[in-house]
Amino acid sequence: MGILNNTVSETQIKLKDRIWLYFIALLILFLLVVPSLVVIPMSFSDSQYLEFPPKNYSTRWYENYFYSIDWLQATWTSVKVGVLTIFLATPLGIMAAYGLVNSNSRLRSILFPIMISPMMVPVILVAIGLFYFYVQFGMVNSILGLVLGHSLIAMPLVLIIVLSALNNYDMNQEKVARSLGASRLRAFFEITLPQIKFSIISASLISFLTSFDEVIISLFVSGGDNSTITRSMFLALRDQIDPTIAAISTILIIISSVFLILTQTFGSPKD
Amino acid sequence: MATKTILNKEHINKIELDQLDRKERYTLFGLTVPYLALVLGLIIIPIGWLFYMSFIGRDETLSLENYERIWNSKAYFRIFKTTFQISILTTLICVLLGYPLTYFMSQLSNRWANICLIGVLIPFWTSLLVRTYAWLVLLQKKGLINSLAIDWGLWSEPIKFVHNTSGTLIGMVHIMLPFLILPLYANMRTIDKDCLKAAANLGATPTRAFWTVFFPLSLPGLFAGLLIVFVLCLGFYVTPALLGGGKVIMAAMKISDNIELYFSWGAASALGVVLLVVTMIILFIASKLVSIDQLGNRS
Repeated sequence: MGILNNTVSETQIKLKDRIWLYFIALLILFLLVVPSLVVIPMSFSDSQYLEFPPKNYSTRWYENYFYSIDWLQATWTSVKVGVLTIFLATPLGIMAAYGLVNSNSRLRSILFPIMISPMMVPVILVAIGLFYFYVQFGMVNSILGLVLGHSLIAMPLVLIIVLSALNNYDMNQEKVARSLGASRLRAFFEITLPQIKFSIISASLISFLTSFDEVIISLFVSGGDNSTITRSMFLALRDQIDPTIAAISTILIIISSVFLILTQTFGSPKD
Repeated sequence: MATKTILNKEHINKIELDQLDRKERYTLFGLTVPYLALVLGLIIIPIGWLFYMSFIGRDETLSLENYERIWNSKAYFRIFKTTFQISILTTLICVLLGYPLTYFMSQLSNRWANICLIGVLIPFWTSLLVRTYAWLVLLQKKGLINSLAIDWGLWSEPIKFVHNTSGTLIGMVHIMLPFLILPLYANMRTIDKDCLKAAANLGATPTRAFWTVFFPLSLPGLFAGLLIVFVLCLGFYVTPALLGGGKVIMAAMKISDNIELYFSWGAASALGVVLLVVTMIILFIASKLVSIDQLGNRS
């Protein structure tokens, strides 16, 4: 058992003294990753009950999903709202981050807490506040209402990501461009933007996922033809356990994983 | 005479520069306006209105009726008790599970640490509903956990894990754990390993070096993670609603019931104001302890 006497840290701790830590850490990592994956085999089960492991396999729950107008419409609503959220939350977040980075520190310390307040206020309060507001303006069950609500919670994430990119960026480069005659706008688009584009890509992917996975605001302000997929799933889970949810969950896991891989590959230029 | 003109010119120059400076400041502030308008219109005004509603009684006049009811009612007391109990327990379990894992990750080489980090990010980016559903499948009476445990002889009768407190706790810990790990990991990566080498060099055992050097240095990250988890738990809705099976009623669920079932805006907003005030106090304490943008940073 020579391997147990290998040192595993710079302070000469031996593997045998640390093996318990490896064991516990890997167990916790296992508990984090694996439970969600259980829905994948479940979705191919032939049974109506949630037996695990399934006795017979079939794709009937996927057929259920793809032949259901309600589910497809809900999915389409979620995709539409997610894409529109990217187009609202990302530009507003970038503009605000740019304004904040270049303004003086006193103004920044006042504005920043207000700007990230959508993240601090419990979502249930944001949801009922929006619901009340939308009732007054006839915006309940509208796509616009959903996009505004989802942008509200996606913007702080865009702001934080772009802000940290701009903090690591030397604004003097823009000054150089402007001293050579470029307008501020041109300096931003030609000098700054290309250098922070990876953060902007991550920020927009994260905006989409935030919107696509959002449950509580959707629960309150969407409905009818504009019900989102998360709203329909929540209601289905509360009322009865339909294995179609397992099929939809599998599809959602695939979508999230694709987005995670995209942010990891396109969102970070280094490492 | 000549010097005076020069002074004058400098003066004019200064006025122009000041004007440009001001124009620049207004332009930069203008860039933040659309964002601020959205936050003001969709968060600050509606919540201000909720605040107002919470002071309106049944007879449409100003009163403290809603708050009195919360204060005097046993049902509301139980809801607050449940909310705090579940939040404290979830936070505690997250610390007990999250700290060793994050410590382990901080000791690995960059390559392995990044692989583990993806393991933390996968559940983080998986839909909340999917994860809650997965636990519903795993924990039910005929679920995988009960059948494995019975096969292995751990217990003989199926144990009911879902639709009660234990199910809610398991689901919430699983969802909250990444929120603890990510800020803690960011903090642990910045701890200078030379400090531990110095401690070892001076004769500290690894255990002592950990407790007297590493652990105190990791406290800011731990507090950041712990507070964000606690605050998120206080306002949590989806998982207790689905895994609690109506037996675990937390503040957010009561707010939603008040509106959806009873159309009672006064009661809902009073409860909302209490929840908001508690959250803000905790976040205020947090902002004194750690830099504010560390809270809630998702990536």
